[in-house]
Amino acid sequence: MTGSQAAGGPVIPSFGRPSQCLKDNGWFCTDWIRSHWGDILQPALIQHIELTVIAVSIGFGIAFLLALVGFRFRLFDAPLGAFTDFLYTIPSLAFFLLLVPLTGVTVTTIEIALISYTLFVFYRNIVEGLRGVPADVLESARGMGLTRRQTFWRVELPLAVPAILAGVRVATVSTISIATVGAFLLYYGLGGPIFDALSMPDIFHTELLAASGLAVLLALTADTLLALLQRALTPWNRLG
Amino acid sequence: MLASLFVDTLRFIGDNADLLFQKTVETAELAFTALGISILIALPLGLWLGHRHRGLFVALGVSSLGRALPSVAIIGFMIAILGVGFWSNTIALVVLGIPPTLTNTYFAVEGVDRDVVEAARGMGLTEFQILGRVELPLGLPFVLAGIRVSAVFVIATATIAGLFGGGGLGDIMADFSFYGLPGTLAAALCVSTLALLGAGALTLARNSAAHRMAPSE
Repeated sequence: MTGSQAAGGPVIPSFGRPSQCLKDNGWFCTDWIRSHWGDILQPALIQHIELTVIAVSIGFGIAFLLALVGFRFRLFDAPLGAFTDFLYTIPSLAFFLLLVPLTGVTVTTIEIALISYTLFVFYRNIVEGLRGVPADVLESARGMGLTRRQTFWRVELPLAVPAILAGVRVATVSTISIATVGAFLLYYGLGGPIFDALSMPDIFHTELLAASGLAVLLALTADTLLALLQRALTPWNRLG
Repeated sequence: MLASLFVDTLRFIGDNADLLFQKTVETAELAFTALGISILIALPLGLWLGHRHRGLFVALGVSSLGRALPSVAIIGFMIAILGVGFWSNTIALVVLGIPPTLTNTYFAVEGVDRDVVEAARGMGLTEFQILGRVELPLGLPFVLAGIRVSAVFVIATATIAGLFGGGGLGDIMADFSFYGLPGTLAAALCVSTLALLGAGALTLARNSAAHRMAPSE
């Protein structure tokens, strides 16, 4: 209802004369979707993409550093793995609430929880990817006179790319899904309209379906794009 | 201020230990019922598909779809269709609990060394015996790892179900104005403990299964 009565001639009213579909609380009232794409669905979708991109990028950065430590110093591998697992195990709703005393009811709180959830998948996939490099490959690298650093950047890391990208796919899809829970704290992202629809007495079917449908579509689209990236970055996998 | 909030939360836990315990039990009941049902569905299906080396597409598809479906939305759909109640929440949780167990079970059985299976077949074991005595024991650690992920999902979602009349700790979290921040924090701590205990128990089970199956070199 925000600003729909603003200047500029007849704007489709968001209330007043609801269609029969809306009166019946139908599942797919196109008139509602059309009139609220601009003020509800599209902004929520954009916020959701932002939430996800930020969480996945920062989470990847942190996990990469942790994984370097865990990979080089085996002593730290088990504790770091257990730590990321611990974060992953905390139920999302509880995680958001437990952060409130520290960072308040803010988007930052949602981001911190989402970042924490990505660490588990990233850490495990990066370390296992790096460890998965066959011993004879490392032997030949040493035989060619590569230093340890060169071996890491030119041999181990490139060979770990498939495992790492598999982790990026899982983390991205999970983040898109979990981010909807964040709207319990704060109307933000696609969880906003979902919680909104659920808070209505009879549950507003169209809004529920539209917002959660967008979340699923976003997840599947991201997964497909990352799968294509995976294919493009690992041409050797296509040969066999 | 943070210190006083911490003290208030501890005081809330002390003053409302009975309430918190009762709500934790409610959440645990909902979660473990759903987890049990999802295992009853996912385990036989995964074992069968894995044994036949069929349905890779199903196993992968179910797992990525399971990750993509937002838990809040599934709870919402079930409530919209069935109304608020035990079954709407349980079905939603079962739907979310199936994918990790199914996928891991499939790959656990599918990945068992085919020579071992052939040897068992040569010894005259029936297909059913091969599954029960060879493939399942060898794949058990990986199956249990899948059940653990399912448990974590289901407990997290059981909490969310509580927001929409599912009972349990979500009740407290949903009623911020009544219980205040200390109350919601106390509930959050309880459900986190529940999840960590559940996951911890399954880690122990997996480790002991892995230990038993480890080749003694």
